[in-house]
Parts: sequence; structure tokens; C-alpha cells
Amino acid sequence: MPLMGSLYAAALRMTRNAADAEDLVQETYLRAYRGFGGFEQGTNLKAWLFRILTNAFINTYRAKKRRPDETELDEGEDLYLFRRLGGLEAAAAGRSAEDELMDLFSEAEVKDAVESLPETFRMVVLLADVEGFQYKEIAEILDIPIGTVMSRLHRGRKALQKQLYEFASRRNLLGGDGDAQPEMAESRP
Amino acid sequence: MSETHDHDHDHHGDAEAEADCQAAIAALYTFLDGHLTDDKRSSIQQHLDLCSPCLEAFEFESELRFVVAHRCKEEVPESLRQKVADVLGDLAPSDFDGAQP
Repeated sequence: MPLMGSLYAAALRMTRNAADAEDLVQETYLRAYRGFGGFEQGTNLKAWLFRILTNAFINTYRAKKRRPDETELDEGEDLYLFRRLGGLEAAAAGRSAEDELMDLFSEAEVKDAVESLPETFRMVVLLADVEGFQYKEIAEILDIPIGTVMSRLHRGRKALQKQLYEFASRRNLLGGDGDAQPEMAESRP
Repeated sequence: MSETHDHDHDHHGDAEAEADCQAAIAALYTFLDGHLTDDKRSSIQQHLDLCSPCLEAFEFESELRFVVAHRCKEEVPESLRQKVADVLGDLAPSDFDGAQP
């Protein structure tokens, strides 16, 4: 069963719920099986499966919802995280920035941050930054113009950074240089 | 709002350097996504070779992206694999029969 890991991970971020994600993946393979005649050999199988996944998600899980409002997005400015965390890399000699960032943001926080994005933005961020699709592929998967892909991606990434920063601040991981107020982390629900 | 970062550019006038940094930051995502034209790409690359604060910012963004992708990986539950195999198996009994010993 090709690509199930990617499809399941995307389904989880889309539905935000394991049971729905499993149903969605199952539905995707069913639709793919039935529609396989429409798949052009030699074209991108992964993009084709993601188009089916996305359509199944929109048909099934978004049926009741209004069109999502694109203005409801809490964006940071350009380089939002870098301006706040960029110094960390220099501070930790001998460790890569990747390790630093990996330590700073837990798996649950990154997933929560992605899932916190409004759906239209979440989809493009998932497809580009988690699955590595190109703009053109994303435009085809979501059936939107490339310019829309780019603007949603730009705004979605900035909103993601802001959300990640809020999680990290809430856990008080950023106050290590002495002049930040050391708030207790006990307020976590 | 469009302010970039404070650093010295010995080789440029300040205003020109500032404009280069702003252009680089504005193109950051398209650069990392590999969607710039060759000309634009090499002009950004030239700037990054000369401007370490911009280079750091680009590296940070690229590392962050790696971390996001890595953190979002999921293990597929065995039950799901089984369910999908069952559903598809029901649809295509002949294919699956052929695989039986």
C-alpha cells in the first residue's frame, strides 16, 4: 500500500482526530482503487492520491461548515521566529540549530501548531512543508491558482511561526538569558 | 514594518545594502521552495554570500522547515493497514486469491 504513512499523517492534521483520519485514509484508497483507470501512468502517483485525499476530506468533513474565512489568521511578521530565537544557535556551541529547534518544539507542539492553522492555510503548509510538494502540484491538488498557493503558504508559514513561538513562550523555554521574567510553567491546563 | 536587520556592509552604501536585504527576505520562501528564476536565484545567492545575517535567517528557515516536517511524521496503526487491505481485498478477490499459496 504505497504512501500510507504520508496520507495518514496528512489526514490526522486535516481531521485532527485519529478515528476520522483512519476513515479518511480508507475512503481515499477506496476512491483511488475505483478511479485508478483515471490515473495516467507515469504521472505523479503521490500527487494523485493527495488530490483524492483532499477532495474526500472536503466532501466529507467540511460539508456542514461555511467557507473558511481567510481573514482570520494570526500572522507574525517576516522572520518572526528567527528574530526571537536566532540567537539560540550561537549560544549552543557544538550543536546544530536543527537539534536546538528539535529540542525546543516537541512533537505535540508542532502538530498542535499546524492543526491550529485555519483549514485553507493548513492544507498548503501541510502539502508544501510536510509533504514537499511543488507549488504547481499543490495548485492541482487543491484546484486553486498558483498565486493563491504562494500567498496562502506565505501567510500560513508566518502564522505557524507565531503559534510555535507562543507555545514555547508559554512553557517558559525562552527565558534562559537572565533578563526574561521566569514565569512558572504550572499554568498549563 | 519592512525593517530587516542591523549590520554593516562595507562594500555598499547603507541604503543600497538595506534594499538588498529586504529583497532577499522578500524572496526567502520562493528561494527555499526552489521557485525562483535562475537570474533572481543567483542574485539572491550572491547577496547571501556577502551577508551573513541574511544567510543565517535563510538557514534558520530551512532548518525550521525540516523540524516541522520531521515532527509531523506518523506511524500508521496496524489496524488501519489491515482495514485497508481488507476493503481492497473484498473489491478484488481474484487478485488476492492469486497471492494465496
